[in-house]
Amino acid sequence: MDNIAIELRGIDKSFGLVHANKDINLKVRKGTIHGIIGENGAGKSTLMSILYGFYQADSGEIFVDGKPVSIRDPNTAISVGIGMVHQHFMLVENFTVLENVMLGAEDSQILNKGIAKARQELKRLEKEYALEVNPDALIEELPVGLQQRVEILKALYRRADILILDEPTGVLTPAEADHLFRILGQLKAQGKTIILITHKLREIMAITDEVSVMRRGEMVATRTTRETSVEELAELMVGRRVLLRVEKGESSPGDVKLSVQGLTIKDSRGVTMVDDVSFEVRAGEIVGIAGVAGNGQSELLEAIAGIRKATSGTVLLNGKSVDVTGHRDPAELRARGLAHVPEDRHHVGLVLKFEESENSILGYHHDPRYLNGAFLNIDAIRKDAEEKIAKYDIRPPNARLKTANFSGGNQQKIVLAREMERGPDVLIIGQPTRGVDVGAIEFIHKRIIEMRDQGKAVLLVSVELDEIRSLSDRILVMFAGRVVGERSPEATEGELGLLMAGVEGRKEAAE
Amino acid sequence: MDFFHVLVVLLESTIRVSVPLVFAALAGLFTERAGVFDIGLEGKMLGAAFAAGAVAAVTQSVWMGLIAAILISVLLSLIHGYASITQRGNQIVSGVAINFIVAGSTVILGQAWFRQGGRTPALGEGARFQTINFPGADAIRHVPVLGPIYADLLSGHFLLTYLAFAMVPASWWILYRTRFGLRLRAVGENPGAVDTAGISVIWLRYRAVICCGILCGFAGAYLSLAMTAGFVKGMTAGKGYIALAALIFAKWRPFNVMLACLLFGFLDALAIRLQGTPLPLVGQVPVQLMQALPYILTVILLAGFIGKAIPPKAGGVPYVKER
Repeated sequence: MDNIAIELRGIDKSFGLVHANKDINLKVRKGTIHGIIGENGAGKSTLMSILYGFYQADSGEIFVDGKPVSIRDPNTAISVGIGMVHQHFMLVENFTVLENVMLGAEDSQILNKGIAKARQELKRLEKEYALEVNPDALIEELPVGLQQRVEILKALYRRADILILDEPTGVLTPAEADHLFRILGQLKAQGKTIILITHKLREIMAITDEVSVMRRGEMVATRTTRETSVEELAELMVGRRVLLRVEKGESSPGDVKLSVQGLTIKDSRGVTMVDDVSFEVRAGEIVGIAGVAGNGQSELLEAIAGIRKATSGTVLLNGKSVDVTGHRDPAELRARGLAHVPEDRHHVGLVLKFEESENSILGYHHDPRYLNGAFLNIDAIRKDAEEKIAKYDIRPPNARLKTANFSGGNQQKIVLAREMERGPDVLIIGQPTRGVDVGAIEFIHKRIIEMRDQGKAVLLVSVELDEIRSLSDRILVMFAGRVVGERSPEATEGELGLLMAGVEGRKEAAE
Repeated sequence: MDFFHVLVVLLESTIRVSVPLVFAALAGLFTERAGVFDIGLEGKMLGAAFAAGAVAAVTQSVWMGLIAAILISVLLSLIHGYASITQRGNQIVSGVAINFIVAGSTVILGQAWFRQGGRTPALGEGARFQTINFPGADAIRHVPVLGPIYADLLSGHFLLTYLAFAMVPASWWILYRTRFGLRLRAVGENPGAVDTAGISVIWLRYRAVICCGILCGFAGAYLSLAMTAGFVKGMTAGKGYIALAALIFAKWRPFNVMLACLLFGFLDALAIRLQGTPLPLVGQVPVQLMQALPYILTVILLAGFIGKAIPPKAGGVPYVKER
């Protein structure tokens, strides 16, 4: 039993009425990468915050290296060798790397002595773990991947033997994530113990030795990664069988509902974001736009939705022209049958401080159904919201709850319910499942297919290639603002990947 | 030499009126860098000036007056701290409340205790600060150029004047070269980073607020024990707000703070100097315009000339752990 780095016994924690952790038991073996997986809101982060001393457990015991410890604050956690890389980096942005690493571990009242020592130690760590970063660079000037590296260095500088990473890949590009996994492998080889919190099954399978699954505040199972499967883990997480691949029938495209011709968008600096893009979306089909983030998809979506001004080109909605280069009026577009699920639901799609029912009519609040003369008809709005909650299985089912208190997946369902229930002719959706957990992804995908089967024209933009491939009837690939190719969903991942990287596209354009 | 003489006099009074600004702006620097906005500099300064005047009048000791000023100012700071750090209240509201409470209560208490219409009794020699003359100042006063600079500009100020300007490099050193300073700046940018590093955000912010109190105490004591001999109601006359403007203007950096305070002090001195004298071309300039100049300048320069002043990121936001 002496190879157990961390053991939790009977950890229990409530926040008011929310029972975040229920009698959690967990053993993490030394020198392994231990995954903790669960849907958003399953209690993973709370559990790790207790381990790091950020919160106090209501009851339960923690053992580090077999010895019982009482972790009252991050200081005690650091002193027993626990380090944490937070989901939202705990870095001071206008400080240098060195200052951030030193903060809280400065050694002496006057900085000069400590700085020299820290610099030396940082160099040693960089070499030992291949974590190069310029110690004098300002954090705000570093890409996210490097910022995360600084967080790891911070923990190692404090001589952490046990490293907790909370959703580390949420902000990383796939390449950066791969690099992180290599670093973690190296740390493991040096004898460090790593706890990886995530809701991405693929990461668990790729890198962990063991995996524990949490569901609604409970630890439901621990498995050896080699002996489990994605399907089993997904089922454990959600508590029922999950279809990872959506089933859909043949599409039967009808009339052209949305037509985009020669659309070009320049940003405020005059840089071309979208370059002469043309395509059509017919009733009863889903057109997916694939591409690495930042290749013009977001701008294209915004222009069609009437949020962003286009420089030139035409857009026809239901055969009638939309003034994309002049006056923008999203409300008018909505009235003409366009519904928009924006990419960034926090900033564009929802007002987080409003209650659920208010968000469920946002933008449609002029509808006479919701009005009582000049006033809002609160009863009608709440009743309408409750219907949507039931239909879209929004949890918790409380129309009066503040929207910020819903999980990411449920917030997305609020937006989808609002836009889909209007029965639009054209539905444009950006990143439908970003930050959404497995159970909700399945539900959202099903709803999108249903919309198509009802004869709606659906334009889908996503950076998740799997999502594009499983939902779309036709796939357009964007690279550097241009549509560089059209493929059927049967195209291989490799073929689409080459197009997304701009390799195949150039050849095609030249021919 | 007439122009030179005028310039020396002008600069001398610039230094004199800049002292409370420097103290108060540095005081604001400490709290605001730690993420606690403080619009109550004015009130603290006024409270300190009153305490200094009252205690010095009663005890006939300038030092007791100074200590009283600092104690009152720190006490007011702690009230602001309790409201905005512990109780997570709105920092602007708390600061404004302090300004109003002090503005009113100093007059009431002054009238109740001394019955001189809100003033404190005029202070005699031992009860106020005396100017310090450098050795040989009188001897070389008549040497051209260097003489007046040494005798009038450098020599002949109060102890607190020298302290104020010494506090500028000292504040810089504390903020940028000590552990306390590093943590203080960090807590004003991202208190989460400080908390997860195992440092108490609350205690750190309280210490910053206490530093602010001490410096405001000096500012107030300077007003009633050095610049004038006794407390007069409302004697801060907006200096706390000018200090705040100087702080923003200086983008929250110690040496820039000093330069901004000197600039505003210079405008103030110029305003006094130009009172009643018509300017060539423009004619008579209303005093009010000159008095408004520091604020107008701040707005204009911030709007386009010195670039964006980015306040400490966590400024004004009480720290709450997530959830």
